[in-house]
This record gives sequence, structure tokens and C-alpha cells, in this order.
Amino acid sequence: MSVKPRIRLPENARVGEVIEIKTLIAHPMETGTRRNNDASLVPRFLVHTFEVKFAGREVFRASLHTGTAANPFISFFMKVSGPGEFEFTWIEDGGNKTTERHNLKVT
Amino acid sequence: MGLSAMTAWTGRVRPTQAQGPPRDIQAVVKTLVGDTTPVEGRISLDLPEIAENGNTVPYTVRVESPMTSSDYVKAVHLLAPANPLPQISSFFFTPHSGKATVSSRMRLAQTQEVLVFAETSDGTLYTARRSVKVTVGGCGG
Repeated sequence: MSVKPRIRLPENARVGEVIEIKTLIAHPMETGTRRNNDASLVPRFLVHTFEVKFAGREVFRASLHTGTAANPFISFFMKVSGPGEFEFTWIEDGGNKTTERHNLKVT
Repeated sequence: MGLSAMTAWTGRVRPTQAQGPPRDIQAVVKTLVGDTTPVEGRISLDLPEIAENGNTVPYTVRVESPMTSSDYVKAVHLLAPANPLPQISSFFFTPHSGKATVSSRMRLAQTQEVLVFAETSDGTLYTARRSVKVTVGGCGG
């Protein structure tokens, strides 16, 4: 997961507003059922977990399986409780984590 | 021949759709949501009727809920019973989510009916299903 994930959220938000957050990470999402030319199986390699915290509190989580397309795109919502920092974490098979942080300005 | 008879006739001779072997999807559902009997309603699942590329099929799940701390959607699970492995994704919400709506992209190996389950904080299990015709299957199987 060397490429920086893409995250889109509003620049500013109001308290009580429900905002949409769009995320995308580059990843092959190998299912473990696909075969190489020599008929051997390509090992499973998935981003299996995506977690989102805001101001230290979990707001959203996803478990991704083989039926999720490569380069997982996920869009979800959050009700703004006040200013704070987002922490987005993707965890892949093997345990590697990618974490991104974003401040949300609240007006 | 009347129109209804015609429909019945074409319906009868239509070749069996490639649904793959019937798999024990119930066992997977049980590990996800337990023994609760699901009821229909509250969920809308947006999917294209025809997916030209099964490798990436966009979808949106919306569950009606006030999303308050006493009444919210805890989890949404998506399943593709005719894929080599049926699980697509599970999403876990909190009252801070504001809306129980999520969009992503799934893989579909063949034409099938996608299943969605939504668990609410009061223990109710909702379900919905939607057929998708897949022109070129995903999963590279």
C-alpha cells in the first residue's frame, strides 16, 4: 500500500451537519481463488479492515471480503459533533496498516 | 395466444440461468447475524440491473433509521451467493454515523441475486435482495 489513499470530505462543516466522506485506496484485493498461468493459486491478499475514528471515537468500520472490487472505494456519512481530527486506517493481510489523518474545520 | 400465455410460455423455455451450484448460504448468514429471522423492508439497495463488468459493480445501501443512540443501524452485510466466496463486505455504524448509507464496489462472478442484511440496535434484522445480470464475470476465477 505504497500509494497514498485518496480522501474527500468537506472543507468546512457545521455542528449537527451530516457530511459524506469518500475514500479510495489502491490495492489488488487478490481473492486467493485466482490462478496463475502455471495453474498455481495467487495467494489471498486483501485489505480486510477499514476503520474511521473522529476525535478519538469510532464512527464507522468496514470488513472487506473477496467480493469487494480492487482499489476499494468506500463512501459513508458522519454527523459532525464538533471540530476534530479524522483517523482513517486500512489493514491488509499480513498486518500492514496505512493511516491517514485529516482535520475537520467546524464553523 | 394471449399475452399472458405468451409470457408464461417464454418463461418456461428460457434456458436456466447460470446460477452455479446451490451453496449453503444460510450457514454464512448464520455466522454473520445468528438465528434471527429477517424481515423485509427499510433497506434500499442500488445496483445496476445489468453489470457489463463483474469486476467492479457500484452499489449503495441505504437503511431507514433515525440513527440516534437508542435507535440506530449497527451493521449491514452484503452477500453474493453465486460468487466463489459469497461475502462482499460488512459495514458497522454508530449513532455518530448520522445516516446508515454506504457506497462501494463489488465483484460479481455471474448473474445472481445480491443479498443484504441490516441489524438494528433493537435486535431487528432486515433483509433485501436484488438481481443483477452480469455480462462479463468478475473474480478472475
